[in-house]
Amino acid sequence: MAAVQETVDRVRRIDVDQYRYGFETLIESDKAPKGLSEDTVRFISAKKNEPAWMLEWRLEAYRRWLTMTEPTWARVHYPKIDYQDLYYYSAPKPKKQIGSLDEIDPEILKTYEKLGIPLREVEVLEGVVRPEGERRIAVDAVFDSVSVATTFQKELKQAGVIFMPISEAIREHPELVRKYLGTVVPTSDNYFATLNSAVFSDGSFVYVPPGVRCPMELSTYFRINERNTGQFERTLIIADKGAYVSYLEGCTAPQRDENQLHAAVVELVTLDDAEIKYSTVQNWYPGNSEGLGGIYNFVTKRGDCRGNNSKISWTQVETGSAITWKYPSCILRGDNSRGEFYSIAISNGHQQVDSGTKMIHLGKNTTSRIISKGIAAGVSQNTYRGLVTAHRKATGARNFTACDSLLIGDKCGAHTVPYIEAKNSSALFEHEATTSKISEDVLFYCVQRGLSQEEAVGLVVNGFVKDVLQQLPMEFAVEAQKLISISLEGSVG
Amino acid sequence: MNVVLAKTETAHAQSDMLAVARDRLPGAGKVADTRRQAFEAYARLGLPYRRIEDWKYTDLRVLMREVLPLAAAPDAAAMKRAATALKLHAIAGVRPLVLVDGVFAPTLSETAGLEKGLGIRTLREALEAGDAALLAQLFSPDSSDAMVALNSAMMTDGVVIEIADGAVLEQPLHIVHIASGMIPAAMFTRSLIRVGKHTTATLVESYIGAEGTKAYQVHDSLVVAIGDGARLDHVRLIEDSREAFNISSAVVTLGANAHFNTFGMNTGSLVSRYQAVIAVAGEGSRVETNGVNLLNGRQHADTTLFLDHAVPNCSSREIFRAVVDDRGHSVFQGRIIVRPKAQKTDARMMTRALLLSDEAEADNKPELEIFADDVTCGHGATAGALDDSLLFYLRARGLSEKEAQALLIQAFVGEAIEQIANDALRELAVLAAQRWLAARG
Repeated sequence: MAAVQETVDRVRRIDVDQYRYGFETLIESDKAPKGLSEDTVRFISAKKNEPAWMLEWRLEAYRRWLTMTEPTWARVHYPKIDYQDLYYYSAPKPKKQIGSLDEIDPEILKTYEKLGIPLREVEVLEGVVRPEGERRIAVDAVFDSVSVATTFQKELKQAGVIFMPISEAIREHPELVRKYLGTVVPTSDNYFATLNSAVFSDGSFVYVPPGVRCPMELSTYFRINERNTGQFERTLIIADKGAYVSYLEGCTAPQRDENQLHAAVVELVTLDDAEIKYSTVQNWYPGNSEGLGGIYNFVTKRGDCRGNNSKISWTQVETGSAITWKYPSCILRGDNSRGEFYSIAISNGHQQVDSGTKMIHLGKNTTSRIISKGIAAGVSQNTYRGLVTAHRKATGARNFTACDSLLIGDKCGAHTVPYIEAKNSSALFEHEATTSKISEDVLFYCVQRGLSQEEAVGLVVNGFVKDVLQQLPMEFAVEAQKLISISLEGSVG
Repeated sequence: MNVVLAKTETAHAQSDMLAVARDRLPGAGKVADTRRQAFEAYARLGLPYRRIEDWKYTDLRVLMREVLPLAAAPDAAAMKRAATALKLHAIAGVRPLVLVDGVFAPTLSETAGLEKGLGIRTLREALEAGDAALLAQLFSPDSSDAMVALNSAMMTDGVVIEIADGAVLEQPLHIVHIASGMIPAAMFTRSLIRVGKHTTATLVESYIGAEGTKAYQVHDSLVVAIGDGARLDHVRLIEDSREAFNISSAVVTLGANAHFNTFGMNTGSLVSRYQAVIAVAGEGSRVETNGVNLLNGRQHADTTLFLDHAVPNCSSREIFRAVVDDRGHSVFQGRIIVRPKAQKTDARMMTRALLLSDEAEADNKPELEIFADDVTCGHGATAGALDDSLLFYLRARGLSEKEAQALLIQAFVGEAIEQIANDALRELAVLAAQRWLAARG
């Protein structure tokens, strides 16, 4: 009960228009000229001191992108994006070559402090005694187009784990990057992924060597700060044979009247017996109560269970963005591999969410599980779109899908668009979906026992999403729970 | 590149087709104009293919390739073949209304001694009479779908049934589509049934091919209007030749407190598509749409339902079963939309597919689109093989593998069949399922 009370208190303090992370950091930045051309691509590549093969790869993607058309099948509506009216690269202006964390612009450090992201390892350095059992998280902080800091690098190195900005990885571990980059999401995959391939500026790179269980949670924190800037980050995570890694991702952006584009690509690869757990708390600025501003979140996330007995698990809490277009998927290639997708997608105000997953069963005895909870409030539209498919050779494939939608208010919409394709008789697919509002009986029961209407809704909603919250790492679960209540603020009563 | 070529060729071939058929298409003036517009819409769109979302799983450019020329009116020999076929598929106690190769056949139909309040005309008569209200209703199917547009442009005949308010029809009406031509051709038909207020009626539609007919094409559509407080029971049986194509559309509107119970069973044709738009426009109405696909060989059957809840306090149930053997391909797309005003809607949809072979395919796309909050809507979908433990149980009791399978399949499809309200028609569906199982050997 205490947690619910805390949630409700917090909700009361916050007005619907008050996005907590809406502040802007005033800092000089180094930008590419506005617009997109081969020169922009060359500019970004040069900024990153990339080898020639990388530039070639980008240019090839750019040329392909020119031949593609923007997809329109998703249930989202937005004015046409002018791709020439964007900055494709923006980096905090370095005062000098950064040697240590202390030399990072204090404004940026302050930003992350405000966001509650610990970039300093000070405590550790000073030998502050931490409570027993508290887990530590290594953070890679991405500010607009560049990674500004990555913590705990030394400790990770000892374990053999490579965790660094992808721009550094391209220079330092070209063999690994070359081997895996674009193998899960090829440059030709879709409009936004191709655009990303051409202009991606930074992101995280993780490689966990065979048999290593990553000693701490890894995390990337994305922040869009600059005006008129698109953020195109690229994350590549490889878990070699028998490795395990848990990775967290968080996102925020300042409050602005304009729409900003975020087109990221995330690629996961698991080899034999490896496991990757990828958790996201997406809290981009959703726009104000009039539907003005907010982030366009057009993201391609895909995991490839390449090895036998491997596992990829996606967990996402989506509360932000004006428009979300995102389908974290699993290609279950290895025999006995497993894919999981746990999602909470909350839309309020004028938000539009079209999100879901794809489970592509290729190997034998592959299993997948999809639990999706959509909550629509305000005048938002919330769509679950998912594909489950078993190919001819995927004998013994199993899938269980449950997608439930909750409607709060009579001006929002909740939609379910599943595609279930069985091409193998031994495949067993089960899918169920329900849509309803919070039962009056349940609310009445709670209110009768002394809870206010808002507390009661908070309780029911927390119960509704519990299955997914349980999948989140501890640190995120608490934050996510609060976030859910905040996102629903203004929708009750 | 191939796709573009195919489209151009098809479009080219078809513009000849309309010109050639023009003097055989009933209706002048406004009707002719509407036909031309519909044809232009079709020519623009071409045959639907996988990039058209609604046709994702049924790519007619691959499966059908082209629309055949309009079938010739049946000659004496064709009528004889049709009569023989009709005898084989006759249903006792119904009023047959027969269309042979897309032309109404009075000799095979029973149009005398109509019950009180029942009116039957042919589509040809209706189009030629040119009653504005009726024409509007006849042309109500939406030409934004290429196959509907083609049907609107090319329809030659059909049955127009009008039932006056308060009439209670004891005898089911049976529209039989018979293909009897020896030369592969296409037939285009459209029927309409207007069920007046507080009436009850039963409509059966059968699609059959006379012996020796092969790759013919059926392009049919049905317009149904159910008045306030009325009830229509509807059964469709597709038993076309195994090389035939059957592309059918239906548009159904329900008034207040109306009840529509429909069931479709597909055991015939090579490629079939049934697309129905059911609009619940009056409060307190009920819709039950159920169906069974029994497929083997290389059969492809697509059922696409669009259920539109626009008003409060209505309920709908959809139960769909597919049994797919050999290289069969079953598609079920069910979309339920609950519009903002449709509070207290109770909509359920359950689709299940049984795969009997490793080369069989079942694609399910159950969609919910909900804009009202005080509703309960749900859908479920499963796909899989027969349960081994159940088979084992039956085998242990002395049944052969095939017998055990047959029993389980019968139970599986039974869940949909038992939703048919009319006892005689339910029995008919059970027999059709049994025939399919027996033919499986």
